Amino acid sequence: MSAKSLFAKVWDDHIVVPESDDHPAVLYIDLHLTHEVTSPQAFSVLRERGLPVRRTDLTLATMDHSTPTLPVRSFKDLEVVAEPKAAAQIVKLDKNCAEFGVKLHGFDSEYRGIVHVIGPELGATQPGKTIVCGDSHTSTHGAFGALAFGIGTTEVGHVMATQCLLQRRPKTFAVNFEGQLPHGVTAKDMILALIGQIGVDGGVGHVFEYRGSTIAGLDMEQRMTICNMSIEAGARAGMIAPDDTTIEYLAGRPLVPQGQAWEAAVARWRSLPSDPDARFDREVTLDVSALRPMVTFGTNPGMVVAIDDAIPERSDANFRKALEYMGVTAGRPLAGHPVDIVFVGSCTNSRLSDLEQAAAVMKGRHVAKGVRMLVVPGSQQVKKAAEARGLDRVFTEAGAEWRESGCSMCLGMNGDTVPSGQLAVSTSNRNFEGRQGKGARTVLASPATAAASALAGSVADPRPYLAN
Amino acid sequence: MEPISVIRSRTVVLPYDDVDTDQIIPARYLTTTTREGLGEAAFADWRYDAQGEPRADFELNRPEAAGCRVLVAGHNFGCGSSREHAPWALLDYGILAVISTEIADIFRSNSLKNGLLPVVVDQQAHAWLLANPGAEVSIDLGARKVSLPDGREVAFPIDGFSRYCLMNGIDQLGFLLQQEAQIVSFEQNRPWQP
Ligand code: SF4
Repeated sequence: MSAKSLFAKVWDDHIVVPESDDHPAVLYIDLHLTHEVTSPQAFSVLRERGLPVRRTDLTLATMDHSTPTLPVRSFKDLEVVAEPKAAAQIVKLDKNCAEFGVKLHGFDSEYRGIVHVIGPELGATQPGKTIVCGDSHTSTHGAFGALAFGIGTTEVGHVMATQCLLQRRPKTFAVNFEGQLPHGVTAKDMILALIGQIGVDGGVGHVFEYRGSTIAGLDMEQRMTICNMSIEAGARAGMIAPDDTTIEYLAGRPLVPQGQAWEAAVARWRSLPSDPDARFDREVTLDVSALRPMVTFGTNPGMVVAIDDAIPERSDANFRKALEYMGVTAGRPLAGHPVDIVFVGSCTNSRLSDLEQAAAVMKGRHVAKGVRMLVVPGSQQVKKAAEARGLDRVFTEAGAEWRESGCSMCLGMNGDTVPSGQLAVSTSNRNFEGRQGKGARTVLASPATAAASALAGSVADPRPYLAN
Repeated sequence: MEPISVIRSRTVVLPYDDVDTDQIIPARYLTTTTREGLGEAAFADWRYDAQGEPRADFELNRPEAAGCRVLVAGHNFGCGSSREHAPWALLDYGILAVISTEIADIFRSNSLKNGLLPVVVDQQAHAWLLANPGAEVSIDLGARKVSLPDGREVAFPIDGFSRYCLMNGIDQLGFLLQQEAQIVSFEQNRPWQP
């Protein structure tokens, strides 16, 4: 048998009907995650056609996107806090899940949170699974060696009804990260550097496999940050082979197999890494040993520079339009550019270690005058763990706001927005025009860089703050 | 879904690369629980000024763009979020096909499932279309060809299955439901259970 990649092993293991000229492959889905924004029209289709959710045991729902991050304990509170349409959408999810028998982590669940934070946290995300969600950042779960990708609402309906999807086999793309990551430089900087190098469409039609010595040395949360942004390079998914780090992370989580079944699962996971001579359609290698903190200056994640490098000069219309929107100048570094808002959160960077990264910069210091800083844990579990370590106090004593979990300012649809014309340094994943609110300007960065920028009141390098 | 065979229309040109789905429909319009009526929100942040009035300088607001059913867009159209609201909004607005040199994966897949035709053409044809807004084109799905006004015919790729579904107005859920026996057999015979 020929050598297989991690992707090929997972893909081949889930073929119900092979693809042919006449039709795509029928691919079985092991875990379907769902949330309030991309599910209502899918539930409606099931209702219209009289279909049940085929495998409620493989379906998991949470509320995160339009859910407010101010304390809400009941639907009564929700009516007060949320905009009426957002509230109606959340109530609809609750009703749909009850009607179809889908497990929902709602306001009463201590496991509620951003869908891509709670899947791994619960241990529902496991190596070798196929995982989908009506959300492009489903690629996050690939950090565990799962094949995980975002789908549209019609496909959400397909999976609900049949537990399957029609898919053409994507191509493979090996992304090798080599070298020791310098102090103060993080997984976020690695993935931004990659997107800067290959462009926002560099991965279209491909599944990434992140490999190399740097990846092997990262913890699961940093690996998730990298896989999360695969879609920002246009890739269908991003995967990392499971290893000891993966298995240690999963051990003892609520939804992992128990006893003998755990041993069997671990043995199976150990066989998933790509065979040594597996072939990839494309390959790229990045040396991270001289990597610096990265910041975006434009209106897509590929428009990115090292914090102390000058913004490049280019004359094409797209580029000039982006710089004009952002209010930044070519030929000058972004460091020192004034900041209005700092957001630490989102499925990219809202896990405990992300918050610790930000807190390490901020401890005993204060947010600059005139800057608003919002810290939003990715889940109620992260919130609890952070509070147990006193991180909430580090942030609030520094003058930042500490919220309930949710997508928050990552996208402007839950009440947390960046006002028009203001500039936010954000640990999220998209700096598209208006992503954080109409007219909002977004600079993507690591939690450490975001925290340093909050203290300085301008885009700032975190390394001096971490030196002592 | 209405069957599609040939789309004839003048083009409207949006000459920017990497137009993401947050531009096609901003997040604040995603609190809807239906698919209808999203045309109003298509390109909302580019289309309306702070007072909610149409911006005269936005390509789709120009008088000659009225009634155009074919959007010619820059490279990598539809990148970003998986929101199917993007093709729903374009279709409700009246767009039936998008022509570009590259269309992002999830947007492309969503479009095919809703009867919005993603048409990827070569750079030369694309450059000509960008330079000639308002050109009368004809997109023949059966022949997988776009005809330009000068008589040139430009081929575009489309998966045979998607093409069949679009030409017959068939939704893909029906096909999947017919695979039930195979799905059950897969579930029963796989070496491990999720
Ligand atoms: S945090 Fe942002 S990117 Fe992540 S799921 Fe929520 S809205 Fe999407």
